[in-house]
Amino acid sequence: MINELSALEVRNKIASGELTAQSAAQASLSAIAQSDQQLHAYNAVFADRAMQKAQAIDQARAAGQPQGLLAGVPIALKDNLCTTFGTTTCSSKMLENFHSPYDATVVKKLEQAGAILLGKTNLDEFAMGSSTENSAFGPTRNPWNTQCVPGGSSGGSAAATAARLCAAALGSDTGGSIRQPASLCGIVGLKPTYGLVSRYGLVAFASSLDQIGPMTRTVEDAALLLQVIAGHDPLDSTSWPEPVPDYLSELDKPLQGVRIGLPAEFSGEGIEPEVNSAIAKAVEFYRSQGATVVPVNLPHTKYGIAAYYVIAPAEASSNLSRYDGVHYGHRTAKPENLFDLYAASRAEGFGPEVQRRIMLGTYALSSGYYDAYYVRALRVRQLIKQDFDRAFEKCDFIACPTSPTVAFELGAKSGDPLQMYLCDVFTVTCNIAGIPGMNIPCGFSQAGLPIGLQILGPTFSEQRMLRLARMYEKNHDWHTRKPSLRQA
Amino acid sequence: MSTTTAAEPRYKVLIGMEIHVQLATKSKMFTGAANGFGGEPNSQVDPVILGLPGVLPVINKRAVEMAMMVGLALNCQIASHTKWDRKSYYYPDLPKNYQISQYDQPLCGPGSIELPLSDGTSKSVRIRRAHLEEDAGKLMHEAGMTESLVDLNRAGTPLLEIVTEPDLNSPEEARLFGEELRRICRYLAVSHGIMQQGHMRFEPNINLHIYHNGKTVKTAITEVKNLNSFRSVERACSYEIQRQLAEFLANPEVVPSQGKSTRGWDDDKGMTLLQREKEEAHDYRYFPDPDLVPLHVDPTWVNDIRSGVVELPIARRRRYQEKFGMSAKEAFSLTEEREVADLFDRAAALGASVRRLTNLFLGPAAKMANEAASAEAATVLISDLPVTARQYAKLAELIESGGISATSAVPVFEYLVKNLNADPADAARELGLVQVRDQNQTEAWVMQAIAANPQAISDYKNNPKKKQASMGFLRGAVMKASQGKADPKLVGEILEAKLNAAADNA
Repeated sequence: MINELSALEVRNKIASGELTAQSAAQASLSAIAQSDQQLHAYNAVFADRAMQKAQAIDQARAAGQPQGLLAGVPIALKDNLCTTFGTTTCSSKMLENFHSPYDATVVKKLEQAGAILLGKTNLDEFAMGSSTENSAFGPTRNPWNTQCVPGGSSGGSAAATAARLCAAALGSDTGGSIRQPASLCGIVGLKPTYGLVSRYGLVAFASSLDQIGPMTRTVEDAALLLQVIAGHDPLDSTSWPEPVPDYLSELDKPLQGVRIGLPAEFSGEGIEPEVNSAIAKAVEFYRSQGATVVPVNLPHTKYGIAAYYVIAPAEASSNLSRYDGVHYGHRTAKPENLFDLYAASRAEGFGPEVQRRIMLGTYALSSGYYDAYYVRALRVRQLIKQDFDRAFEKCDFIACPTSPTVAFELGAKSGDPLQMYLCDVFTVTCNIAGIPGMNIPCGFSQAGLPIGLQILGPTFSEQRMLRLARMYEKNHDWHTRKPSLRQA
Repeated sequence: MSTTTAAEPRYKVLIGMEIHVQLATKSKMFTGAANGFGGEPNSQVDPVILGLPGVLPVINKRAVEMAMMVGLALNCQIASHTKWDRKSYYYPDLPKNYQISQYDQPLCGPGSIELPLSDGTSKSVRIRRAHLEEDAGKLMHEAGMTESLVDLNRAGTPLLEIVTEPDLNSPEEARLFGEELRRICRYLAVSHGIMQQGHMRFEPNINLHIYHNGKTVKTAITEVKNLNSFRSVERACSYEIQRQLAEFLANPEVVPSQGKSTRGWDDDKGMTLLQREKEEAHDYRYFPDPDLVPLHVDPTWVNDIRSGVVELPIARRRRYQEKFGMSAKEAFSLTEEREVADLFDRAAALGASVRRLTNLFLGPAAKMANEAASAEAATVLISDLPVTARQYAKLAELIESGGISATSAVPVFEYLVKNLNADPADAARELGLVQVRDQNQTEAWVMQAIAANPQAISDYKNNPKKKQASMGFLRGAVMKASQGKADPKLVGEILEAKLNAAADNA
């Protein structure tokens, strides 16, 4: 089925004339029409626009015009990426009717490459969450078991990609929000090195941690998407100025004599046994391919969640202060005075988790507590960075679980915020250190739920990391399995 | 300054100033939206100014350079590392509800300037720091409306905030400081200094040290917000001093509680009004802005900027006095505006007599500029008049060499203004003001005057008390007979000779 093809396959078949962009777009749109009622991966679908763009691609191709790297590929966008078409809601009542007057840089890049943007996908409100249950518009369901969460915060993009409702998608990752839902939905998810992909147009959650990245069914697709979206942006002061490497041409070349590090701190209690054994098998596979496996230490791992849940909410409390009902977004109906305008608009516009984190963050930055919390968390950040620097002297890449568990049932953790925070235990330190991290599917539980392997690497090691991931994928077929969209 | 009156104790006034200077860059501090005054509301905005979801700031390099120029002019240390911080507070004119500013690593560190005082002396005023930040927009509250309107045109404009130590000791010094700072900013072309457009805003921080019963009592510091004219700075400071003194005198045994309070200035009522008590002081929750990278300021860059800094008012005034021999007052007048001083320097460089040039600039040129300004109800500088440096130089030379008399300079200058590119010598001829130096002709005029005024001759010869007056009268008569063309010096010589000969012959 056309909608099951990978992004690269669609691109190549359109280029060769075997397929039209319109038929590819139509296939995805039909799949959405059939399944998204049940899954709610999408907040909005732009059928007319997609078909128009697809038609333009077909006409350009017929006229012999050069085609972009993603010509005709149907792609979904997480709904915290600003688009001039449709709304950009961040799955929040605050921005329910917000129409952005500008496109995010990555959106521009995708369109310039010829991608067909199908729609905006569901997320935890303002990207704050690990299950997509914090969406103001209802949760997304895991296509492998619709009673379960898809993970978060990029749950919509993960579910849409896994369920073949798009060829690929973009998500964003602040503490694991690409990798963890990728793990729970059995797809590839890559968080690039901080600064590799422009954040201009990504609705900010935590500025020093946020990155946009690809969510795909294959490693090759991840490389393809990264090639298009990476690169310096003069509109983003934190954007890396160096030229983008070639992620594609040597992708199939295995890494010889690679050293894989296993962190002692990333094992033990809290990890489901099936997850542990799948990870162990994956490591064994690499050993069989000539990799050396070495133990490494990341001694400050245990402070990662605490540091993250000070730094991220602190930055978020500042980034979200602009949502005040004054210039745009939700405004309360009958404010009594200015203070009431602010307080009521925000109380009505923000869900409980967002409010919780704003309060945490404001507290951490406030006079008298700033040094004890925020400054201290920044010091821990330095220590975590140093842990990785030292570890990468002994190994080339680190392998570990992405999530300690497979997908859990809707409602299972939503009553206990701290429990939910612990879903991120293996993913947050990567954002804190600014290094790249990637999830690839490496098995299924007995109950048929996906298990993911996480690969972490030094800064700007994406080219080799993708090759390492491809080595595994080439010899396994987890990524070819399709979810049934049933309640298990 | 400490003062004493019958009822008042002796006291010292301490004023420190915070000045916000809007920098005249083409675009805003953190984005490319246009920077300028006026314009339809919310027309000089872009997504970054509006604080829309997903936008990011990018530093305006020219603003940093301008800030460094001012810092160097104020003799400040330029930081080798500087960073940006977010200052949080909620207000509708602040779209992100935080302002990007600089908290603990400002671009410019301590410095000082020599402030010229009105008695001709000068004093050192220390600068504590200067840093960059973005301006907020404007709220408009129209009478009769229940809503306020938000105009974000001004939001994001680059501001240089300069803070002085409390080294100003009178309202007049506060005003003079503001005026010198404006002069410096105009010289550097970092601001046009148009006060009505809000280019500079002043916030004096005032308190008193009162000498009472052998002890020094310090009143609480008051900050007066947002003054945008020098007159209001001086008036507000004067008012505050009296108010604090009166407050103290009402309870002289009570030690004033410390802690700064904020007051606004009501220009109509001529008084300051309490805005914010000390207890309500804001927690701005400063933290480093994660969207911006810290700046490493290369010493080479600083030196490049330094070499581009023009000769500042203080240096130019000194040069005019020392090299050109001007009085302090003359130097001050000529250096008030950089374009005028530049024009003066160009004329002087052509070899003209500096004394003649000074008289021309401060005499007929200043007069005509003022008249034009009144007529047009706009600023007209001497350098705006259509008279070139070359013309000034030639006119000065003409006077110096006796080609025309000094008094004829006025009508000749006016002719130059009205007839573009005229040659001063041609103008003199046209106006019939070419000074006649001919001995015979001058003698003829002298004889004419003598013949027509026998009484004056008689007074000169016979009445010692009237000698000087009658000589003056006769000189005037000669000039009249010559229709202003006679050389006054020559006239004097010939007249004296004739009269004394006559006296001798009497």
